[in-house]
Amino acid sequence: MEKRVFFKGWWLPALLVAPQLLISFVFFFYPSGQAIWNSLFLPDPFGLKTEFVGLDNFRFLLSDPYYLASFKTTIIFSTAVSVSSMALGLYLAALADRLIKGAGVYQTLLIWPYAIAPAIAGVLWLFMFNGNIGLASYYLKALGYEWNHTLKGDQAMFLVILASSWGRISYNFLFFLAGLQAIPKSIIEAAAIDGASFWKRFGTIVIPLLSPITFFLLVVNIVYAFFDTFGVIHTITSGGPEQSTTILVYKVFSDGFVSQDLGSSAAQSVILLVLVGILTVIQFKYIERKVHY
Amino acid sequence: MGEIKMKHLKAIIASIALFAMFAGTSLQAKVEIQWWHAFGGRLGELLDEQVNKFNASQNKYTVVHTRKGNYSETLNAGIAAFRAGQHPNILMVFEVGTASLMAAKGAYVPMYQLMKDAGQKFNPKGFVSAVSGYYTTTDGKMLSMPYNSSTPVLWVNKDLMKKAGLDPEMDLSTWKRVGNALDAAKAKGIDMPFCTCWHSWVHLENFSAYHNIPFATKSNGFAGLDTELAFNSPVHIKHIQTLGKWAQEGKFKYMGRRNEAGKNFRAGECMLMTESSAGYAGIKKQAKFEFGIRHLPYYGATEAPQNTIIGGSSLWALSGKSKEENKATAAFLAFLSRTDIQAKWHQDTGYLGVTTAAAKKTKSSGFYKANPGTDLAGIQMMRNKVTQNSKGLRLGSFDQIRGIIDEEMEGVYSGKKTAQVALDSAVRRGNVLLRRFERANK
Repeated sequence: MEKRVFFKGWWLPALLVAPQLLISFVFFFYPSGQAIWNSLFLPDPFGLKTEFVGLDNFRFLLSDPYYLASFKTTIIFSTAVSVSSMALGLYLAALADRLIKGAGVYQTLLIWPYAIAPAIAGVLWLFMFNGNIGLASYYLKALGYEWNHTLKGDQAMFLVILASSWGRISYNFLFFLAGLQAIPKSIIEAAAIDGASFWKRFGTIVIPLLSPITFFLLVVNIVYAFFDTFGVIHTITSGGPEQSTTILVYKVFSDGFVSQDLGSSAAQSVILLVLVGILTVIQFKYIERKVHY
Repeated sequence: MGEIKMKHLKAIIASIALFAMFAGTSLQAKVEIQWWHAFGGRLGELLDEQVNKFNASQNKYTVVHTRKGNYSETLNAGIAAFRAGQHPNILMVFEVGTASLMAAKGAYVPMYQLMKDAGQKFNPKGFVSAVSGYYTTTDGKMLSMPYNSSTPVLWVNKDLMKKAGLDPEMDLSTWKRVGNALDAAKAKGIDMPFCTCWHSWVHLENFSAYHNIPFATKSNGFAGLDTELAFNSPVHIKHIQTLGKWAQEGKFKYMGRRNEAGKNFRAGECMLMTESSAGYAGIKKQAKFEFGIRHLPYYGATEAPQNTIIGGSSLWALSGKSKEENKATAAFLAFLSRTDIQAKWHQDTGYLGVTTAAAKKTKSSGFYKANPGTDLAGIQMMRNKVTQNSKGLRLGSFDQIRGIIDEEMEGVYSGKKTAQVALDSAVRRGNVLLRRFERANK
């Protein structure tokens, strides 16, 4: 039977949820409302005058091929960041889990990059691949490979994916390691006695048992790739060359705060809001069903 | 005993408080104004020197300057601050943002008004017209004060020219001759024969003025907001295609949209560079090789080049400040336009002497003779009677349009697009923004 607790009266429950409601209002509903309202106007940069334009900002956006391309860029970028950082995180966690001596040292070292802020990580990688002074670009050149991410879109994309995934590997590693250590050794040993190989055990026991964590990480990583990689992109490519690394969030910023087109920027925020809503529903409705708790 | 001490203490505290009050009032009497700008490095030092000189020259006003990043970042910081009511008294706005500010009536106090209200003597006629015209309305009212103005020139690394087996004094007046020099350099294994800063500014905006062809209709936007971009003419396409070809052949290396290539030139890696005449300050300080300055090359098809146009910034007095502060702003701007300040700035930086008096003073001091090439920028700008196509540009959302142009040009340099496709696309995309700007500023 389900346990239920009832409060008498209404003011105590209201008081208890009030802080949460207040925070949601101040940090979510109010700004979202503002974005929706602003998306219907075309203001001048200084905020001296504004004109109601209805849905023109959306029409303007959806007829802009670069905006549509930005969707594709975002999908490629966030998939690559999530998949690569999760795969490497899992791989390293599986290795670290088998360590007997010095496990603490390895684990600490592997977690380290997570402590570095995205913008700093961006600058570090930028230094390594800088066309003038970068060590990596120097060696690539010695190998006969011309590196110039200021001009070549695929190289720029590779670099921002690399820089964004790097710190993320640590985060994923940490969660996967915790997940692996939570799997009862007895199950794995029983399978081993029955003659299951390492890969067999990994595929049929470990992965299913890790699925709640994998699902959690998938959601968190996609959210990260969508929103928190701003610093990396801003420091390394500023969205270029030819907008090849301009993900949706970066476009909101560059149109709003660089180009001062606040109407278009607000409309993009609204589209992003809807998109993230849909994405979350899909994730919880379809993917979560396949997760074993 | 303790009580006496206590009394002493009280007296001391009271006197300190009293002193602090007086000190406070005397400090308050000094009016402090804020100046946001975009200068770091050597230029930042020289700017700081000017401010210190002003602060030391009188005791009524204090100017505090803050660097807000590059030109675009400074403009954006200023606009964002204006919306929040936290804006500085003086904002440095680069020439590209001029149209945006002009259209924002109410965001600034026009220069002529500011000077009149403050009772400051100010002669707008003292400025070189090719410069002040940029910041003046069609009925002759000066809106902002020219601060730094430059024009693109060709920088030559003479040591690398010799290494390429070329005469460092060879004729480089046309793009064809430049092309020949680059061929020779490439053949001799020079890694970066050509590089450029400010792509759109040099190779499209100035290119148009120099060849006397329109960059945009309606006198490049001076005659109305309903202007349309026009930089996809055959001459433009030919030039950009040439740059694209050089990039493919490894003769031209693209380093970035702004002045990133300057680093390579100063380090002695790049043989020929097109960059603002104001690259002078940094090059003079850092270059460990013999360098030369030449006029911007042109296509021989036009008999002789027209004039080039300016880049750089002007200072805008933002509105919503007290009368006292505006007086301080006026005093500081008048100080900056003084002949000695202007002449020093011109000689130190390579920016043009924006007042006729400063240019004259520099000439009579023998500076040009001692530093050959430093007078080229001025000559290049004022060599002909200005035409509809060579007056400058006044286009809204132009920072954004430049971004589009940069993007499209990147497509040409990487070999993804032909110049025709890229420039057509840039014109089309830019026109959309011009219409949006026209609509927002009707």
